[in-house]
Amino acid sequence: MTTAAAPLLDVTGVTMRFGGLTAVNDVSLTVGEGEIIGLIGPNGAGKTTFFNCLTGLYVPTEGSVRYRGTLLPPKPHLVTQAGIARTFQNIRLFANMTVLENVLVGRHTRTREGVFSAILRGPGYHRAEREGREKAMELLAFTGLAEKADHLARNLPYGEQRKLEIARALASEPGLLLLDEPTAGMNPQETRAAEELVFAIRDKGVSILVIEHDMRFIFNLCDRTAVLVQGEKIVEGDRETVQTDERVITAYLGAPLEGTTPAVTETDQ
Amino acid sequence: MTTTETAPVIPLPARAATTLTGLGALATAASAALPWTWTSDFPGDLTYTGAPAGLQWLAIAAGVLTLVLLLATQGTPGLRWAAPTRSNNAVLLAATGALAVAAYSVTAITVELGGLANLEPGGWILAGGGLLTVLGALGLPLDRRTAVPVRILDKRLFLLLPAAPLGWYGAHAIPDDQPVAPVMTALSGALAIAAGAVLLLQLGHLANSWLRLGKADRPLPPPRRLPSWVEVLVIIAAFGAGLYAITFGIDTEYGELFTGYLLLAALVAAALTRSGLITRLRTLTVQHRPVTTGAAFAAAASFPFTQSSDQYTSVATNILIFATVALGLNIVVGLAGLLDLGYVAFLGVGAYAAALVSGSPASPIHVQFPFWAAMLTGAAVSMVFGVLIGAPTLRLRGDYLAIVTLGFGEIFRITMLNLNGTTGPKVTNGSNGIPRIPDLEILGFDLGKPHTVAGIELGRFSNYYLLMLLVTALVVLVFARVGNSRIGRAWVAIREDETAAEAMGINGFRLKLLAFALGACLAGLAGTVQAHVSYTVTPDQYTFADALPPNSAFLLAAVILGGMGTISGPLVGATLLFLIPKKLEFLSDYQLLAFGAALIVLMRVRPEGLIPNRRRQLEFHEAATPAPPTGEPTALTKAGA
Ligand SMILES: Nc1ncnc2c1ncn2[C@@H]1O[C@H](COP(=O)(O)OP(=O)(O)OP(=O)(O)O)[C@@H](O)[C@H]1O
Ligand SMILES: [Mg+2]
Repeated sequence: MTTAAAPLLDVTGVTMRFGGLTAVNDVSLTVGEGEIIGLIGPNGAGKTTFFNCLTGLYVPTEGSVRYRGTLLPPKPHLVTQAGIARTFQNIRLFANMTVLENVLVGRHTRTREGVFSAILRGPGYHRAEREGREKAMELLAFTGLAEKADHLARNLPYGEQRKLEIARALASEPGLLLLDEPTAGMNPQETRAAEELVFAIRDKGVSILVIEHDMRFIFNLCDRTAVLVQGEKIVEGDRETVQTDERVITAYLGAPLEGTTPAVTETDQ
Repeated sequence: MTTTETAPVIPLPARAATTLTGLGALATAASAALPWTWTSDFPGDLTYTGAPAGLQWLAIAAGVLTLVLLLATQGTPGLRWAAPTRSNNAVLLAATGALAVAAYSVTAITVELGGLANLEPGGWILAGGGLLTVLGALGLPLDRRTAVPVRILDKRLFLLLPAAPLGWYGAHAIPDDQPVAPVMTALSGALAIAAGAVLLLQLGHLANSWLRLGKADRPLPPPRRLPSWVEVLVIIAAFGAGLYAITFGIDTEYGELFTGYLLLAALVAAALTRSGLITRLRTLTVQHRPVTTGAAFAAAASFPFTQSSDQYTSVATNILIFATVALGLNIVVGLAGLLDLGYVAFLGVGAYAAALVSGSPASPIHVQFPFWAAMLTGAAVSMVFGVLIGAPTLRLRGDYLAIVTLGFGEIFRITMLNLNGTTGPKVTNGSNGIPRIPDLEILGFDLGKPHTVAGIELGRFSNYYLLMLLVTALVVLVFARVGNSRIGRAWVAIREDETAAEAMGINGFRLKLLAFALGACLAGLAGTVQAHVSYTVTPDQYTFADALPPNSAFLLAAVILGGMGTISGPLVGATLLFLIPKKLEFLSDYQLLAFGAALIVLMRVRPEGLIPNRRRQLEFHEAATPAPPTGEPTALTKAGA
């Protein structure tokens, strides 16, 4: 089924209706290998809902999602197993587990040890557990959390919780990472660091689809950006195309899309 | 954040306070050498000079412990290990233990024998000693909060106080043959209880604002490094002491002694925690894990050897069964976060399965499986039932599961009742159950007969106790190993946030089903032994709620009270929940009421359970940990997912 030219992620005509409300309307999008794609839009535009449709949290009313050419079943754990990992807009860490344990949970689909293996603790178990810990520590070092491995996730400061969500998502060794407002609530320095982190992740060979309200962040990072307004994708393209598009400007209440305009960078939680 | 200071509650010169505490403690302990009362009518016979009995031993223990802690906090060389924190609050807690024993003993003697006249000089010395100890300890420099507002309950609540006697009078003024009499009695009873609660609450608030006792942040000095073998000896000694304390509790022969024991045990535990000794011991046990496990197992295994008859080994065997099932439930509730209200049914499934293949003449299946096959059968059948109940329900989230499991528990019991040959096929003999289950025989070793080991005769229950201990060890092993593995982490993740767990690639349904099946399997395993221990299985052993364990409500209480997600928590919780109703039969009618009240108090004071999970302790007592994140990370709305 897989063809050489097939994009990593191929979303065609996804529509999501909640009763009378159409939160996402006939949105198509592709993400290629090694790309960073941005997804922007005003509050309530349906960005998070779109993510939920991709990751099987919602079953789209219409449309299909293909990853590496195969149709994705609408089950979150199967989507993750296929190779798509995500973070959440309002952080959803396992608050009462340690930082390291959070990342280890992220590796769940990449390990096989079952109940019997855990009880018998043969050499295979120990090897898998050791490898898991090594990989998790690598990821923590990568995100700059190695020192905090034994802290409870709930006790991390906000910015580090966001980083931990990314580390946890990366633990499932994804080909595509979906980030839902990764810099929400961060100060400018932290946002810069997050930018570096996203580039570093891409350099590891992971493609990225990111929702953000911080325009500078989006335009610094993304190869292409799609704009969602009231559930519809009104435009997609590079920085120039998006910034000069009439409909985008009206959608953002005429605010110029230069730098970090408060009305746009402000996030609602 | 409240600030703390170090100051006495009663301003006494330091010297005087120390002397007073010491003298009081000595007097409390010494009073045990004298008769407390003149007649042997009071249980335990406290009439001898120089021969302590029953409650008098508790007075000695309380007095000596207070003295040791006092000397330790004063920095006496050779005793400093007993109080690494040097907190006088530990002394006060031990002193309160002495006073509690004294006050309880004197009250019990006075009430049961009718009047203070029944106290002999020893009794008076005891009372005086207990009081002096606490007064002296209140004069020691204690860790106290600097400001505690005086709280007065809603004034309208105090209207209950005069209403209570009025209601009481009203109930008695109405002749018994009037139809409203029972209603009035109930009403007045409720009023009296409510009034008592208001009074106690207010007194508690007043005492709190006067005492202002608090917990200062006292860093423990780094422990002195001892040679490894000494540390091992310390661990063994600690477990020996633990075994002795628990054996004492199980062996108490009358309710008075048990009540005194519980009071003292609770306060001693608090005192030793505050003194820092418990933390020290825990550090040691973490450093010597295998030794600790071995010592714990050895201590438990030596229990039957401390007993001269089978009377209390039967109690201990039932405690083990109950505790093992509670630990199994802890997988379901504590790790995976699934509320199972019908868990006792899995114990029942295991027990019935074992009874049916036991060769009992009452079983319609005339087979007698060997021991190992019977156990496997029980565990397997129970697991199958776990899967059958779990599969349709575990797809749901939240409270549905609780309701369905509650229903399943009852359906199991009623089905066992109905498979009696009249209302259904004849399988279980209905309410008569399956009697005359033969004793197990393992490799020619008949567990029903006494055997002499190392010069000590082990009776039937001792044999089953040791067998059950092996099952308990197995369940502990399974819990520890699975809990700390990929599967266990996935369970905790599901408990923490199922949506996020699924987004991390965890198949929520499958793992919940696994937790359910494993829990059921372990309960079934315990059930197979239980069937043989109790000779008979009947449906009414497996109810949702009852005054005696094991039943689903008590199992859940054991897990929550002991500490969710831990190993020792449910074991301790189950031991307490088994012993308390067993020993305090004199509470009879009020048992469940007292029990409910005690649970509420405990959950208020220690929501994380008696033995908290490292995680849960952090969760409930945030103040001691770094500032929580500024954001709101746990808003679990589906729309925002
Ligand atoms: N489960 C649901 N049921 C009903 N309506 C929903 C549900 N989830 C989302 N919606 C609605 O869909 C619309 C889009 O919401 P969504 O959260 O996707 O917006 P968003 O673009 O992520 O906005 P923000 O920038 O504020 O995060 C909103 O009107 C929201 O109320
Ligand atoms: Mg959103």
